[in-house]
Amino acid sequence: MQIEEFVDNFANQFDDTDASEITTNTIFKELDEWSSLTALTVIAMCDEEYSVKVTGDDIKNTETVEDLFNLVKSRK
Amino acid sequence: MINPFSLESKTIFVTGASSGIGKAIAIECSKMGAKVIISGRNEERLKETLSNLKGDNHEFVLADLSSKDDLIALHNRLPVLDGLVNCAGLTKVAPFAFATRESFEEVMNVNFFAPTELTRLLVKSKKISKNGSIVFISSVSGVYCSAVASSIYSSSKGAVNGLVKGVALDLAPRGIRVNSVNPGMIDTDIFSDSAITQDQLNEDMKRYPLGRYGKPEEVAYAVIYLLSDASSWTTGSNILIDGGYTLI
Repeated sequence: MQIEEFVDNFANQFDDTDASEITTNTIFKELDEWSSLTALTVIAMCDEEYSVKVTGDDIKNTETVEDLFNLVKSRK
Repeated sequence: MINPFSLESKTIFVTGASSGIGKAIAIECSKMGAKVIISGRNEERLKETLSNLKGDNHEFVLADLSSKDDLIALHNRLPVLDGLVNCAGLTKVAPFAFATRESFEEVMNVNFFAPTELTRLLVKSKKISKNGSIVFISSVSGVYCSAVASSIYSSSKGAVNGLVKGVALDLAPRGIRVNSVNPGMIDTDIFSDSAITQDQLNEDMKRYPLGRYGKPEEVAYAVIYLLSDASSWTTGSNILIDGGYTLI
């Protein structure tokens, strides 16, 4: 499972945020567009693309995109 | 004094009775004097519900309503009923772009197709007594409002509400009443393995004018009214139990 592809998949879930603004180090909950809907969309993406179940508490407990990537990778 | 809300000498069947609203309905019906038959998928939790029922002579049946075989076996096992409460249900949280056909089918099968088919089989074999009552546990969702990432659940409950209207008409000649109870968010485990956190639920609670989520028994009391003779002239209706949520 590749981190670059994960970052792309993550960034694709945003409508108003340029992909260049989202990197492995991005603290995603600080993005302007972050909301409970984007959280649910990211969770749905992890399920669809990686068949990994991520919960709301997981989102709460991760900071950067890389943190989330590592979590998803560990559950694959 | 005769209590118009009494369920004495009535046999009531409740699906989804191993937890949540179904469990509360079964318990409250037993307290009103009904003989209660309950179904669910979890034997341990069904037995726990059974042990909490007031009075004797109640029964439980293990059945997975998404299985056609289980549904038919269940129907064959049931006696003539005075009341049927379709409570088994689940939800799936998914932003619409991710709401696949499979996800829809999973929810529709349990929330809509199963109770519809079970009800139909019982009606066809005349296992719902004349002047009996059929209750569907619906929701505010899909009928009065919806919520983010709830299109699947809303669709299933919207379908249930439409069904109630049509079936109420078809069964009126037999005196059988068909209604729904439409609750707002109730304190149950429906979100236990989902994307929603307890923090989010606590925030959501503040959106209710009455300041909290509903208790399962508060839904059960509306069901009791609908199952009792007190509602003999009520059919095709939705009883809203939502703490004022849809007012604002």
